[in-house]
Amino acid sequence: MDFATLIQILDSTMRLATPLLLACLAGLYSERSGIFDIGLEGKMLMAAMCTGAVAALTGSVWIGLLAGIAGSMIFALIHGVASITFRGNQLISGVALNFVASGITVLIAQSLFRQGGRTPPLSGPARFNPIELPFAEALSGVPILGPFYAEVISGHGALVYIALLCVPLTWWALFRTRFGLRLRAVGENPASVDTAGISVVRLRYTAVIITGVLCGLAGAYMAAGLQTGFGKEMTAGRGYIALAALIFAKWRPWYALMATLLFGFFQALALRPDVIKGTLGFDVPVPALDALPYILTVIVLAGFVGRAIPPRAGGEPYVKER
Amino acid sequence: MTRLPRWADLVLVPLISLLLAGIISALVILAIGQSPMEALRTMVTGALGSAYGWGYTLYYATSFMFTGLAVTVAFHASLFNIGGEGQAQLGGLGVALVCLFIPWPHWTLALPGAMIAGALFGAAWAAIPAYLQAKRGSHVVITTIMFNYIAAALIVYMLVNVLRPAGQMDPATARFPAATNLPTLHEIPGLSILFDKQIPANVTLFVALLACWLVWLLLWRTRLGYEIRAFGRSEPAALYAGISPFRVTMIAMLISGGLAGLMSINNVMGESERLLQNSTEGAGFIGIAVALMGRNHPIGVFLAAILFGFLFQGGAELGLWTSIPIELRTVVQGLVILFTGALDHMVRMLLGLFFAPRRTQVA
Amino acid sequence: MTGDTGKERQATAAPAIELRGISKAFGPVQANKDISIRVAKGTIHGIIGENGAGKSTLMSILYGFYKADSGQILINGTPTAIPDSQAAIRAGIGMVFQHFKLVQNFSVLENVILGAEDGALLRPSLAKARKVLGELAAEYELDVDPDEVIEELSVGHQQRVEILKALYRHADILILDEPTGVLTPAEADHLFRILRNLKEQGKTIILITHKLREIMEITDTVSVMRRGEMTATVKTAETSPEELAELMVGRKVLLDVAKTPAQPGRVVLEVENLRVVDEDKVERLKGISLKICAGEILGIAGVAGNGQSELLAVLGGIARGTGIIRLNGDQIDLTGQHSDGQSRRARGIAHVPEDRQHLGMIMDFSAWENTAFGYHHDPAYQKNRWLMDNDAILENTKGKMERFDVRPPIPTLSAKSFSGGNQQKIILAREIERNPDLLLVGQPTRGVDIGAIEFIHKRIVELRDAGKAVLLVSVELDEIMSLSDRIAVMFDGKIMGERLPEGTNERELGLLMAGITDGKTGEAA
Repeated sequence: MDFATLIQILDSTMRLATPLLLACLAGLYSERSGIFDIGLEGKMLMAAMCTGAVAALTGSVWIGLLAGIAGSMIFALIHGVASITFRGNQLISGVALNFVASGITVLIAQSLFRQGGRTPPLSGPARFNPIELPFAEALSGVPILGPFYAEVISGHGALVYIALLCVPLTWWALFRTRFGLRLRAVGENPASVDTAGISVVRLRYTAVIITGVLCGLAGAYMAAGLQTGFGKEMTAGRGYIALAALIFAKWRPWYALMATLLFGFFQALALRPDVIKGTLGFDVPVPALDALPYILTVIVLAGFVGRAIPPRAGGEPYVKER
Repeated sequence: MTRLPRWADLVLVPLISLLLAGIISALVILAIGQSPMEALRTMVTGALGSAYGWGYTLYYATSFMFTGLAVTVAFHASLFNIGGEGQAQLGGLGVALVCLFIPWPHWTLALPGAMIAGALFGAAWAAIPAYLQAKRGSHVVITTIMFNYIAAALIVYMLVNVLRPAGQMDPATARFPAATNLPTLHEIPGLSILFDKQIPANVTLFVALLACWLVWLLLWRTRLGYEIRAFGRSEPAALYAGISPFRVTMIAMLISGGLAGLMSINNVMGESERLLQNSTEGAGFIGIAVALMGRNHPIGVFLAAILFGFLFQGGAELGLWTSIPIELRTVVQGLVILFTGALDHMVRMLLGLFFAPRRTQVA
Repeated sequence: MTGDTGKERQATAAPAIELRGISKAFGPVQANKDISIRVAKGTIHGIIGENGAGKSTLMSILYGFYKADSGQILINGTPTAIPDSQAAIRAGIGMVFQHFKLVQNFSVLENVILGAEDGALLRPSLAKARKVLGELAAEYELDVDPDEVIEELSVGHQQRVEILKALYRHADILILDEPTGVLTPAEADHLFRILRNLKEQGKTIILITHKLREIMEITDTVSVMRRGEMTATVKTAETSPEELAELMVGRKVLLDVAKTPAQPGRVVLEVENLRVVDEDKVERLKGISLKICAGEILGIAGVAGNGQSELLAVLGGIARGTGIIRLNGDQIDLTGQHSDGQSRRARGIAHVPEDRQHLGMIMDFSAWENTAFGYHHDPAYQKNRWLMDNDAILENTKGKMERFDVRPPIPTLSAKSFSGGNQQKIILAREIERNPDLLLVGQPTRGVDIGAIEFIHKRIVELRDAGKAVLLVSVELDEIMSLSDRIAVMFDGKIMGERLPEGTNERELGLLMAGITDGKTGEAA
């Protein structure tokens, strides 16, 4: 693999990792508050469709983004009602909402545009266009670092940078603010929060809403950044990969960045089987790369590489007890 | 909260859930500018209005019975097996290998062989998540989801790199030898009067019915089923009675995976007669809706499987004859799961409003 | 209320807490009945009573966890509504629950500030808490490393964190619910020093416990609760453990059990130096040795939570332990490797568990299914190699329901639709009719109506008369007195002593149950 190819692959790693990172952080908020969410996939899909449709109709990616967040939020709130208010089974709710999203996105897109369940191709201001970071041009002459900065770091859509910013922001919110302290507490032991006189329900709804916003960003980037419009099932299991990354990251923001970059790198490699063969000298089947994030997650879950301990109160509806 | 009478809990809760799912779907259809009545008519005519339609409805129902039973058995042990999809795909691989590489003289011999292979492969795919749950406490829901994706990747690899005949473009195995082809209902003497055209529903339907009966027998007539149900209701009590949590978790998941794997004698051996990339068409997931709707009882699963068979075939007809996309069926499926599985407390509360006043009048 | 000036002052100042006519019912169960109590400022007030007497409910009402059905709460003389924990905290009340409400993977500091943060950022709160904790530690001997993570701390230190949490919130009134239940004697002594310090600084403390020693050692006044009612409030200095024991246990109509003197035969059960350590690494059984002969009922008396449950669990094959258990002379495996509830049954041990709803039955199963519970491998219940004979079980259940007078005698009804007494009869029928060599029976009449109590007692005695050994665990002293042929009293995982029912009385047993032998406490060392 020559340097130019490596830069290319790292460049696409950045782009492929972004929706994973946003969804992973989305799941982090929810699960840290004690609400399991396997409905990340559905929320992303919903956001992708809303963004694709509204951006196509208005010609503005930013209005599209708002629509995407709104779409994702509706699903987040249904999940909240089912799992917080009605103390339903959080896993089943997540599964159910994924199916609803998978179907309803195509229904809406089809009825709006009649293009086989796709939204029309987006271009110009209806997409997240590359942002040239300062000095990218000037520094591109510098060996190794120059091209790296110009290609890998610079030249992505706004959401890539927002996603990256979300990592330190999430870390800060989680470990340096009152909100973060309470959020972590409610996911570990809701009784401790309740006896301290804080509302468990309100905290958990807040977390679920943040999850909705972040999934909205992830879906919007899918439709208006990574691709040029919404297509059926376009998230292709990314919600579950994000979930895997979350477990892999042991519910921590910086690890989440690393995990999603790793999984994004696998995805980028899977697009270039020629490179793998050239580098390793033998064929690595593409499906093996596709499956790698899941296999790694199972190994982590099995506790062979350090123990992944989920928030202790995760998945359990809170009922006040004596 | 008012406690509902048993019959209401068993019958009304799923029906109200279905009704709620139906109402929301109707609203969705209205919202996209179509007529819900028209849609319903198309679905009923297409799925139930002809022997041909029934042939498809029953074909889908057959698959859903297997996957619904798979989810049911695990549910009774209080395990949520979302891995039916992957287990069914692996079952398909097992069936394909047996059909391709063993020279069967007749389908009556090939069928049991394929059944064993399908069940074994499906069970094997459930074994690792089961073991991790029983021994290491890794949540079976997450691991089975992961195994669905690993299964999908494995099947792609097998089809593209190993089993695809030379010169063929699409990722699929060669056609199975004719001796392994299962008779459809049209080809069965006697039934051919009812089903006068070639249809996909095949003898597997009878295997599925048998499976319903056997699962009922297993759960309510055997010691193992007794232990599974007891363990699922209360693990401490199971320990008191000397029931091993490890053993029950493993066995319940293996049976569950085996049932999901068995499904592939319907779609792989009975219908496509070769292994395709997405052979299961999401039937593994529909099993969740079928089990929830069928209240985890084989009779309920049987009825819910037919309902979802109708929904699947009717939805396909919608896609053909109206401008309502076929994906409507996924929406209904999701809504049914949501109402029966996650918002069941809400549905019960709604029903409780109807039952509470009558109670007080009596008292 | 006359006398020296100190007393006068105490009487005139408004009490820190006054409860007037508090009542609380959970469904048909009256947990608190018209309770009134006054706790003077700067005192340690004990509330003593058996498990289920309503102590914790009362305190949960005071902490805003439950709302009382009727009654009034006055804090420092002002009527105060306490609708939630926030209000209780504002009113200056802090509570240390029996089960700590700590976040296990948080540091001490984080736990302390949770819910009492100053501002949206943690840094100032943490800095302030670090300083305050340092002061509190110096003042009250409450030293805990503020940066240590809770799960790394000993139970005693975790408890200190709970106290610190309350003090950090400026609590003037501190409620401790069974604080020494999980502590070693040394830790308990340290806790008491802390409590005395707190009292000297003017804090008011309510100590809920069922341990007489603690009441005598540390409290100024003590209220006794029994069956949801406040039976007495006395000055500790003016009472004695004997009097308190009597007030606590109370006198109930002694149900006469017609029973001939025991004819003990060969030794059926022999237990030597049995030890059980629970999941939290706490030793629950500290070397139990006992013997039961054929045709004999050994009653285990004791306040709940002193190891009786663990004794039943290990004998019944549910829990693991170390030591020696011999049944009919054969040693039984205690490691759980080769034994479980099934193999115990096969050896002839039947078990009527203490918690019938969570252990003894599957509540969603029908009565007939529960009749086979634990015995579902019995050949009599099988139709053939594969299938169970449900009809046979159903028939068998009908017979059992008739013989044990289960009402309504409908085997297909689910277990949860029977009353407590009838549920117990179903279990008893299942276990007794196995004709076991040894019957383990825990709290046979808890939540059971009077009529059924008599019936159940009779059956247990009949089994004894048939030459079987019975191990009876009960917190009801009169049940122990009237059924047992020998009585062993358990306290803190040990057997404090054995008595014959005709040679002892409730007072003596009550003292043993409180860990007091001949005026000495069993807790020392």
